[in-house]
Amino acid sequence: MRTDPRLLLLSPNDNVLVLRGEISGGERIDLEGSIITIKHHIGMGHKLARKPIMSGEKVLKYGVSIGSATEKISAGDHVHVHNIKSDYTPSYVLESEE
Amino acid sequence: MRGYLRSDGRKGIRNIVAVAYLVECAHHVAREIVSRNGDAAHLIGFPGCYPNDYAQNMMEKLCTHPNVGAVLLVSLGCESFNRAKLETVIAASGRPVFSIVIQREGGTLSSVKRGQDWVQEQVSRLAKEKTVSMELPELSIGTICGGSDGTSGITGNPAAGRAFDRLVEEGAICIFEETGELIGCEEIMAERAATPELAKELRASVQKAAQYYAKLGYGSFAAGNADGGLSTIEEKSMGAYAKSGISKISGLIKPGDRPKKGGLYLMDVVPDGEVRFGFPNISDNAEIVEMMASGVHMTLFVTGRGSVVGSAISPVIKIAANPQMYERLSEDMDINAGRILSGAADLDQVGDEIVELVKNVAGGTKTKSEQLGHREFILTYKTFEPIGPACLPV
Repeated sequence: MRTDPRLLLLSPNDNVLVLRGEISGGERIDLEGSIITIKHHIGMGHKLARKPIMSGEKVLKYGVSIGSATEKISAGDHVHVHNIKSDYTPSYVLESEE
Repeated sequence: MRGYLRSDGRKGIRNIVAVAYLVECAHHVAREIVSRNGDAAHLIGFPGCYPNDYAQNMMEKLCTHPNVGAVLLVSLGCESFNRAKLETVIAASGRPVFSIVIQREGGTLSSVKRGQDWVQEQVSRLAKEKTVSMELPELSIGTICGGSDGTSGITGNPAAGRAFDRLVEEGAICIFEETGELIGCEEIMAERAATPELAKELRASVQKAAQYYAKLGYGSFAAGNADGGLSTIEEKSMGAYAKSGISKISGLIKPGDRPKKGGLYLMDVVPDGEVRFGFPNISDNAEIVEMMASGVHMTLFVTGRGSVVGSAISPVIKIAANPQMYERLSEDMDINAGRILSGAADLDQVGDEIVELVKNVAGGTKTKSEQLGHREFILTYKTFEPIGPACLPV
């Protein structure tokens, strides 16, 4: 199953992929055999969903949980502070300057 | 590699004069004193006027650090810091030590003049000292990450981990730290402990950190971490944890504790007891200072967003995790681990590159931050209980 070379799977059971480069909004990319359209620009080092993730489901990266989804996430969606949260302490973020 | 032999048998890879202010009120005078001797004299100090056992211990350990050849203490005269005790500890280590008390000396100008004269004399003397050969088992290396982003945990940190694996194998002492950035990794880390009792201590140290940060309301997570793609403290932790490599964990230490033999050690940086003086480490340099107090000769600093700091006393090797940041900040970076993302290098290659640079820096090569004059230093209030008997097996 073809996947865009900019996407990196760190551990076989992960439900997120890490970006080795940037992907622009509107780009159509290969994601494990399906073609999906990326909604917004996603930067290097950020994550996108490898498969659908239910609200409350654990987000797996490096093969371990890095938190829980706060809403339903579709395959190809940007996975970040807007849709996942820590199971320990909240993450502090500033309003984006963009 | 070569080093300066000290009376306790340790060897330093630098031979600097430490100029230490013992309260913020003496900071300006101390800064003026080092200004004349940029590279050879480094400014350290403690700003508080209230006594603190931790700060006293840190200053004693830092003033007798193997990279330090002589110490000038700068006191206002009425602060609570126990200067007499610090002076005794330094003198007992065989290092020349001299104190300037501003209130006794006659004020700013005469104190600065007296200090500069003494430092100049020491700098000339230290420059003539002979070095002896030095081997990896005599070297102690720390690692931290700062300004982390989503690339740190897949390039720079695991590459530093590969370097640590090699250094541990060759008998060096390697220290990783910030238990607040290991939250979520406690179980997989405990599996690497040398003994089951140590495994318990490792788990407990991370639980303590989780409770401490929960009470403060923030994890060890800055706004820039999120901009760079990190979403939660657990995610940041997994990336940070990769710096430790895969070696067996030989012990758990607290700031100022010095491992006696080679191996990989975790430093517990979170204070004991109730939350009292605020955030455990208010910025990256506080962590470097604590590892120096435990004897590290140099620090591997992995950064994704792009930190530019160095340190007083011990060189800092800057490892860029993010290739885009490396392009922008290459003048500050010693190693480009971002090449791993494009496939231009693999983790082992970058790990080897780091080990080579560690040897060269121990041999006298200056790191980028040293060349640029970075000598950051920060020390604040904390409280610690001594480590338990299970923390350093053997």
